[in-house]
Amino acid sequence: MLPAIEVQQVRKCYGALCALTDIDLTIYPGEFFALLGPNGAGKTTLISIIAGLALADSGQVKVMGFDVIRQYQQSRRNLGVVPQELVYDPFFSVREILKIQSGYYGISDNDAWIDEILERLDLASKANANMRSLSGGMKRRVLVAQALVHKPPVIILDEPTAGVDVELRQTLWAFVRQLNRDGHTIILTTHYLEEAETLCNRVAVLKAGKLIALDTTNNLIGKMTDSNVLRLKLDPDVVPPGLQALQISHVNGIAELRIENFEQVETIIAVLRTARIHIVEMQLQQPDLEDVFVHLLSNHRKDGA
Amino acid sequence: MTGFLTLFFKELLRFWKVSFQTVVAPMVSTLLYLLIFYHVLEERIEIYPGVAYTLFLIPGLVMMAVIQNAFANSSSSVIQSKISGNIVFILLSPLSYRAIFCAYVLASIVRGLLVGLGVYLVTLIFFDAPLQLPIWALLFVILGSAMLGALGLIAGIWSDKFDQLAAFQNFIILPLTFLSGVFYTVHSLPMGWQYLSHFNPFFYMIDGFRYGFLGVSDISPYVSLLVVTLCLAVLSTLAIYMLKSGYKLRT
Repeated sequence: MLPAIEVQQVRKCYGALCALTDIDLTIYPGEFFALLGPNGAGKTTLISIIAGLALADSGQVKVMGFDVIRQYQQSRRNLGVVPQELVYDPFFSVREILKIQSGYYGISDNDAWIDEILERLDLASKANANMRSLSGGMKRRVLVAQALVHKPPVIILDEPTAGVDVELRQTLWAFVRQLNRDGHTIILTTHYLEEAETLCNRVAVLKAGKLIALDTTNNLIGKMTDSNVLRLKLDPDVVPPGLQALQISHVNGIAELRIENFEQVETIIAVLRTARIHIVEMQLQQPDLEDVFVHLLSNHRKDGA
Repeated sequence: MTGFLTLFFKELLRFWKVSFQTVVAPMVSTLLYLLIFYHVLEERIEIYPGVAYTLFLIPGLVMMAVIQNAFANSSSSVIQSKISGNIVFILLSPLSYRAIFCAYVLASIVRGLLVGLGVYLVTLIFFDAPLQLPIWALLFVILGSAMLGALGLIAGIWSDKFDQLAAFQNFIILPLTFLSGVFYTVHSLPMGWQYLSHFNPFFYMIDGFRYGFLGVSDISPYVSLLVVTLCLAVLSTLAIYMLKSGYKLRT
């Protein structure tokens, strides 16, 4: 299968500081892909190189098989980018902006599709409003609309929900999910890990310009077995000696035990029953992407030190 | 072609939407120059035999307005887009660097022509100033505004902030314009300055346009045509190279 995005050995340095070091990454058509990493990890630099906004020092990037430098016109036609900054042209109305953007892609008659995007992004009532008069959330939606005027097969959203209220976030994700179901490849960067966890099937984690993880969301979380935590409220409030090896903490009447697999729960209950300790409350905490993220970043720090 | 046309029309719309500032204001200020110089100098100076000073001044002022507005159009558009960040929409698009160049320069030509024509029409209310050789005049307006449009593009791309663009305008465009013979003939200068004036490309634009206007000029219009065309070619090559290499646009 022809990759939607192919990044090979990409390096980008600003003087002595390298924003990206030898990045290899392949994203396939139809994927919903998350690019994660702390601030300054190189996410936006990587996206900029894919979009042609920045030039790599070395390496090669292709969008739908088209080299972003040598075949820039084809590669850009296949790509829609929602930039992180709320940028807009204050001279024009929403509809004018979308018509102009269509024209840049060589599409002169795009009214039907523009109406449809406006409708789906809940912008129809603002079609003739000047960009200056729109709220931040509205401007964000116009940016999404602008990225879609040419119906690109690959869509990149750089922090699309930063500073956006909950309602708009829901609308936006519903829309982006629909686009993904319609066959668009979606790549997003986000600070909200639960968004990446619920939406994306594959995740890459960048740290200081290096790719430190690349796997399916489930696999990454699955590897975090030591993060399964059983929280217990006991009566009497005592952890029997047989379980003390598993104990992480025991404060305010809550005992936390680390478990590696779910069969262990059975053993724990048996031990408690034997000790005649009654379970008042029981809660199983499973790892989420945030744990994976923290784990990866801290491990990487240790490795690097 | 659609991409180029869209950017061209967008650039036209951009200045047309604020036409009071971009078209009417330069017409008014040029007219003020003309009325003041007319009042002070009309009776005292005759530059070419039988040509009144005002008649000598009008083509100079028209061309000055053309030059300044053609430069302002492309340079301010680029720097505004850069500073507000909306230049990404052009950079993300598949527009070729040639299309981008042509759209900006053509919009500069249109603004130069509009302002020049406006200034000329207003002077006709006050003075009798017929165009002797309109084709020559038009040729120099188009070449001159194209040259300044390309220079504006270069200045806009090069500048990181408004301050730098203003410096470009105040320390390069303005001196070259004022020292090009808008208000005087270079023959009235001492030899050394006359010699230096021949290194000022703006001199050829003004002198060539004046030839179209009055039918007389300091030097042959063919020499002016050659110099202006060469300058346009050099500046266009540089501007296209900057766009192609992504200089200060694609980091």
